[in-house]
Amino acid sequence: MQARAEFSYYPGCSVEGMNKAYDKSTRLVCKALDIDLAELGDWNCCGATSYMSIDELRAHLLSARNLALAEKEKKDLVVVCPACLTTLTKTNRYMAENSRLRRTIGSALKAANLQYWGSVKVRHLLEVIVNEVGEHEIKARIKRSLSGLKVAPYYGCQLTRPFGGIDDKEFPMMLDRLLTWLGVQPVNFPLKAKCCGGMLMMTNEEVALGLTRNLLECAKQNGAECIATICPLCHMNLEAYQGNVNKLFGTDFSVPILYFTQLTGVAFGFSRKALGINEELIPSQALLEKHLEVLR
Amino acid sequence: MVERIGVYVCHCGTNIARTVDCKNVADYARSLPNVVVARDYQYACSDPGQEMIKNDIRELGLTRVVVASCSPLMHEPTFRRAVADAGLNPFLFQMANIREQCSWITEDREMATERAKASVAAAVMRVTFHESLEIKKVPVNPDVLVVGGGITGIEGALQIADSGKKVYLVEKEPSIGGFMARFDKTFPTLDCAACILTPKMVSVGQHPNIELLTYSDVVNFSGYVGNFTAQIRKRPRYVDEEKCTGCGQCEQKCPLSVPSEFECGLGKRKAIYRPFPQAVPGTPVIDREHCLYFTKGACKVCVKFCPRGAIDFEQKEKLIDVQVGSTIVATGFDIFDASRVKEYGYGRLPNVITSLEFERLTHASGPTAGKILLKNGQAPESVAIIHCVGSRDHNYNEYCSRVCCMYSLKTAHLVREKTDARVYEFYIDMRAFGKGYEEFYKRLLEEDVIFVRGRVAEVTDVAQSPSEKGKLVVVAEDTLLGIVRRVPVDLVILSVGLEPRKDIVEVARTFSISRSKDGFFLEKHPKLAPVSTAADGIFIAGACQGPKDIPDSVAQGAAAAANVLSLIDRKEVELEPTIAIIDGESCSGCRICPGLCPYHAINFDEERKVAVVTAALCKGCGVCVAACPSGAIEQQNFTNRQLLAEVEAICA
Repeated sequence: MQARAEFSYYPGCSVEGMNKAYDKSTRLVCKALDIDLAELGDWNCCGATSYMSIDELRAHLLSARNLALAEKEKKDLVVVCPACLTTLTKTNRYMAENSRLRRTIGSALKAANLQYWGSVKVRHLLEVIVNEVGEHEIKARIKRSLSGLKVAPYYGCQLTRPFGGIDDKEFPMMLDRLLTWLGVQPVNFPLKAKCCGGMLMMTNEEVALGLTRNLLECAKQNGAECIATICPLCHMNLEAYQGNVNKLFGTDFSVPILYFTQLTGVAFGFSRKALGINEELIPSQALLEKHLEVLR
Repeated sequence: MVERIGVYVCHCGTNIARTVDCKNVADYARSLPNVVVARDYQYACSDPGQEMIKNDIRELGLTRVVVASCSPLMHEPTFRRAVADAGLNPFLFQMANIREQCSWITEDREMATERAKASVAAAVMRVTFHESLEIKKVPVNPDVLVVGGGITGIEGALQIADSGKKVYLVEKEPSIGGFMARFDKTFPTLDCAACILTPKMVSVGQHPNIELLTYSDVVNFSGYVGNFTAQIRKRPRYVDEEKCTGCGQCEQKCPLSVPSEFECGLGKRKAIYRPFPQAVPGTPVIDREHCLYFTKGACKVCVKFCPRGAIDFEQKEKLIDVQVGSTIVATGFDIFDASRVKEYGYGRLPNVITSLEFERLTHASGPTAGKILLKNGQAPESVAIIHCVGSRDHNYNEYCSRVCCMYSLKTAHLVREKTDARVYEFYIDMRAFGKGYEEFYKRLLEEDVIFVRGRVAEVTDVAQSPSEKGKLVVVAEDTLLGIVRRVPVDLVILSVGLEPRKDIVEVARTFSISRSKDGFFLEKHPKLAPVSTAADGIFIAGACQGPKDIPDSVAQGAAAAANVLSLIDRKEVELEPTIAIIDGESCSGCRICPGLCPYHAINFDEERKVAVVTAALCKGCGVCVAACPSGAIEQQNFTNRQLLAEVEAICA
């Protein structure tokens, strides 16, 4: 990567609340990688999946407002939450393909003195780091070795589906590659793109816990010591509900869950506190210390 | 000279007369310049109708004829023949379409009549400027090139050779036989593929009229119908075909084993090898990439053991030019790469195999001597067969591959016959359309095969219950029951679809064959000219045109042979004279037209610095005429003068 890459950054609602550590580690890692993330001013809810299924047009409007704001900045829009990625991409695509929807949204935006021409590309941070930054730049910034750490790379359901185009839809490999570059060992994780239970945790916890259990069990069986996530919701289900899984199924999982940005940050030499690693519910300190080795 | 024009307005029964006032049109025609006679008639194409035109030509001394009737595609040849019979050049004739483009498309009698008048006027003005053209004839070279030595090419080559014509059969692999040689049994009759194929392969090898060129491909193909030149590249086998007796000593003694392509990598072959024991020709080839002599410079064990001294490391690639009058392209298909469907785990989960790999497993001379075994050497207790892998799927190929349903049934039958395994077939729709196919399906239903209707979502080794431990779990929605099934099995067979050959783009370019949306070769007409192409003398047959089973491939091979023989027996072909002519005086040598010509009919004469049309190749499409910035190209029977007169009359 030659020039400093510039993007608008759309944090999304979840990293402002439950998942602050994702936001912290994202900003740190991007800074280290010379990715200029400028938070999109006055952004609003992405239109989220639940909104989208109840009132599609209004969800599109929320989404389109963000896109219109981003277009003013003349930069691609980076998100960290795959649900935001899906919703924003959906609006982007639908507006490009459906002229009636484009006109309806256009007139609504106009009322807020905004307009959207369709030029913004919405990208997930993982894809930017793997495809744009690449192996060489990542490796050049590694200060601490985590060699031997076995990690289950977990993509969740929404990064590659339904729109695809950034990796194999059913069996993505991007995170596996990034982890390898970081010097940790991605384990075989066949459930890497399967559902974590998602919103079902609110409405039908037993079913959702079963799905989370499957993930934890599969990771454990394949020798993973922790799970790397790219989605705030997956992260929460896997971490905050591990206790409930144990209670319901009589298991004794205690698997640390870390954002891919946190693992990257550790390898880049940032302190655990700065990366929010001291805030997690299932402590990872002992595990990381076991593998950490200062390179330079 | 003032032309004398006759105009004939046809009623076509009521087809035209119902909406066009034909008498009125004929009256109007009489008022047009140079028109000597104008008549309306019930059926102009009938014998009395044609006689009327002929009589008028003779008695009234007509020099031009216009018939206003149907589409020229329908009856232009009829009227041209009639005109020629009466002694006039057939190109001094013009047809006005007042049926398809007039009477059939409106109910408004007045408008239709006006429209018909305009068409007649245009034809009259145009025909005034028509010129006599001469139809040239060229002889047809009776030799034939067949490209591809699968069952389709074999059938085509044998049919032609048996009639006494010379055939060059080109095959890129070391042996002919194609995919069929790798199959165990064939549906629905279950006869052994080798038993019915090998006699035909032997016939090809021994046929006095077939020159077999294996390990070869066609690198260039030029010329025109009846007179093509094919340049064939014959790759070196490093074994002298004349000396070799096919004794197999070299193969036995060769110290180096590598995975066999023929066995889908499940078995081994030597560095000097025949793909399979019944290969035709029986002469082995040396695989230069692996052979120790070529890689390390030492070994020569084959040289030592060959009783005939046939090994020749000095052999070089040869380019051979052959002259032929026609060709059959029968280059076949590739199977879909199952590893593209990541959720089925092919390449990741060891006991997920393709249907072609299964053919080799179950084949008596295959790597397991016909035993159906898992990777650990044990027999499977349960087997799932997944249909439509890569077919009927927007992510891959939209089309149905036509053969998979039936070969999947055969697969199920063979598993049931040879093992005690439970067999599940996961299908979307069962397509058993051919003769005896539905009966075969019924037979399988009675063989206790379990049919599950639903596309498989995934194959996983992640167990969710004790019964799934150590198994492959096939997850699918059973659309008949409306439930999601998880079926644990030991072996998963992916029924992969058929795709165009990887190199079909280059082959299409070499032979100037168009391709359809699905990537396969495009036939001239899907129903009425299934083995012809847009280029005369170039035929296609078999799965290179679209997925086909063996019976259909053989039928097409024979059909293409019949087309070729019919062409040969005509002895000469007529060349349409309505071609482009370049006026060398006006040509600026800009070289725009040679690149535009879709038929490669325009060459650049470096000496005179002008473009030249090869008359036999030109199809008269007119692209070059429109593109020429100097206006140096004119198309015969479509000259500027003719077209402008026509347009002026319509606009008047």
